[in-house]
Amino acid sequence: MINEAAVWAIVGLPLLGGFLIIAVLRPWTRSLWQASASVGIVAIGGAFALSLWALNSVRGHHGESIGFSPHSWFTVGGDVTQGAFELTIGVLLDPLSAMMAVVITGVSLLVQVYSLGYMRKAANAEDGAFVDYPRYFAYMSFFTAAMLGLVLAYNLIQAFLFWELVGLFSYLLIGFWFHRPAAAAAAKKAFIVTRIGDFGFMLALMWLFSHRGEFLVRGQNPFEIPDINSAAPLLSASLVTWAALGLFAGAVGKSAQFPLNTWLPDAMEGPTPVSSLIHAATMVAAGVFLVARMFPLFEASSWVLNVVALTGGVTAVIAATMALVTNDIKRVLAFSTVSQLGYMFIALGVGAPGVALFHLLNHAFFKCLLFLSAGSVHHSVQTFDMRYMGGLRAWMPVTYGLTVIAGLSLAGVFPLAGFWSKDEVLAAAWSISQLTPGTGAGVVGQATFWLALVAAGMTAFYVFRLIILTFHGEFRGGIEAVPMADRAADEAHSHVHKGESPLSMLVPMSVLGLMAIGSGAVLNSVIELGPVPAHWFSHFFNEPSPELVVWIAGLSMTLVLGGITLAVAIYGMKWFDLARMPKQWHMLNRVLDQRYYMDYFYETLVVRRALFKGVFLASDWIDRKVVDGTVDLVGWAGRNTGKFVGQLQSGQVQAYGIAVSVGVITLLWTYLVRS
Amino acid sequence: MLERLLILSAILFCIGLYGALSRRHVIAVLISVEIMFNAVNVALVAFSRYVTPAALRAAGEVTPIAESTLLAGQSFAVFVIVVAAAEVALGLALVIAMVRTKDSVDVTEASLMRR
Repeated sequence: MINEAAVWAIVGLPLLGGFLIIAVLRPWTRSLWQASASVGIVAIGGAFALSLWALNSVRGHHGESIGFSPHSWFTVGGDVTQGAFELTIGVLLDPLSAMMAVVITGVSLLVQVYSLGYMRKAANAEDGAFVDYPRYFAYMSFFTAAMLGLVLAYNLIQAFLFWELVGLFSYLLIGFWFHRPAAAAAAKKAFIVTRIGDFGFMLALMWLFSHRGEFLVRGQNPFEIPDINSAAPLLSASLVTWAALGLFAGAVGKSAQFPLNTWLPDAMEGPTPVSSLIHAATMVAAGVFLVARMFPLFEASSWVLNVVALTGGVTAVIAATMALVTNDIKRVLAFSTVSQLGYMFIALGVGAPGVALFHLLNHAFFKCLLFLSAGSVHHSVQTFDMRYMGGLRAWMPVTYGLTVIAGLSLAGVFPLAGFWSKDEVLAAAWSISQLTPGTGAGVVGQATFWLALVAAGMTAFYVFRLIILTFHGEFRGGIEAVPMADRAADEAHSHVHKGESPLSMLVPMSVLGLMAIGSGAVLNSVIELGPVPAHWFSHFFNEPSPELVVWIAGLSMTLVLGGITLAVAIYGMKWFDLARMPKQWHMLNRVLDQRYYMDYFYETLVVRRALFKGVFLASDWIDRKVVDGTVDLVGWAGRNTGKFVGQLQSGQVQAYGIAVSVGVITLLWTYLVRS
Repeated sequence: MLERLLILSAILFCIGLYGALSRRHVIAVLISVEIMFNAVNVALVAFSRYVTPAALRAAGEVTPIAESTLLAGQSFAVFVIVVAAAEVALGLALVIAMVRTKDSVDVTEASLMRR
């Protein structure tokens, strides 16, 4: 049985490692870069071991948390016995946080090992690619620690602190190559767009605080997650609805759901292992985690659940369509992540958090692997633009094989991991529409089912488009074929290196490959598999076993195979020439390529027109005319009073004499005549 | 009798004040100031003749004849005449200085105090 100190150490080890690297190693060891990498990897390895221990300890608890009581942090409003409330700090170890901790530390460990090989190339590059190796590993450790702190948080204030830290370190990592203007802008965009959602989170916290009375009368704490979840069905509707909506706004921002999905593709400017980590385990998973963590609160308001499901469904389709036409390999994967996160929100919205987490788990493995493959490809051809790739399987057989595995898993091909969880999502959406037909939830379930099904077909198409463009056909020259105008400043002298990536990159990728094959079938198998009982994952979360609906699985498989066939027909066999399609098709292509003009809408219309020309101009006017005007008026009054009084001093003695006489007469009048 | 003398004094003072404030010729201003001095002198002498200091009367040490010969006011008037003579001498010196610098006897032109 794990003790509390060990759980704290899961967060503490990467944190300590990060501090050690940044404060002790970095000042000295630009040359000893292995030292900082080792510290980072050892710290995260320790956290991974502790997480496994934690998972093992939680296993026997039937979905309950291990009761570590929280510690008092500070109290607000005087005495605790007299209606003041106490802010606590502690760890909440239950199946959810244990599973998340294992995924986060495991993926982070693999990514950091991969970074050894990937970043080293960049670190040794003589073409001006400046890499501060210790800084990279310190940020990675802090980023992982922040995410672990979030999943283990006992109360929402604690969660919010780590939530913001996740945002901060994502900013630092996306902008890791800060000398590239695009990376600096992408980091800023990621931070600002997620902050918009975070504001909703903050409003939810304020809302809970302002309604703390409802908790205090039950002897509960308005911020402690177990208290909120246990009290959720009894709380007033407005409290539940607005709190859940606010938290969901935070989740939408962090998980890049519609309409805050614009930051994630730009975040591809960061180093590839960072993208991998962001997409697999940290950052974007935080939104799904938050909704799953507060699920009883969401469940108490069916209206909010419908919003969650619809947001997920719309996002799944929109992001998948964007991925269809993108040429940057990492951006295709980014859109794919947004789309897959949409699936998770569908699952949450139709009331199946266990399914969402199962998809999150499987997605973490295959998406992480896809990004690492993209990094491996970049390692060879030095570009991410698929128009300049092709034929790479000739010299990258391992990367090719792993990409195909991950791609099939992402597309949801039987019996790889993605198939099982995607099928559970579809089945969950369908079953709610059958259980409650005609109601809001039923209609939403039906709508999201079809949206998810459409997205599944498109997923298969863009994944195979990616694989064919990258690995099949003729080699189209890599970075050397990219026009100079399209290259970043530090890519000017890059050369293609025709060879497989080093073992430090391939080993973590292979581990992920195994997970991408097996995690779905083994962890939540429909039948008993030796030591693993059937539906282990669902039972671990104390949820009913999802049933395998054969016709849904068959339908989705048909769509998936159709998507694959279409991709092969267009890009592999070249049966159609896309350039000869009718004009409407090119217009559609353009709309998708511009991501439905969402960036244009936000950047040009909202920010430049509405904000700059409207709000900022108005506040500028108020600043100049009202605020400055008041100050100027005070100065003007002083100056002109002086001028007026100064004119009384004429230098004319007789005028002074008249003034004195008038004064004397006035005084005489006042004191003699009137009294 | 006192009232009449005080009215005379006030009339003289007002004539002098008016002259001092309204005449532009500096000699005329000086003459007007002299008129004001003398209005004050008239008032002082009148008070001296008709008013007995209350302290003396309360002590009862002065006879009515002694009262009428108390000369405090008259001596004050003599002082004023002396001071006025000195002031006229000074005033005339200023007039000469003004004529030399400004070539004018107009008081409105003596405005150097303004800046």
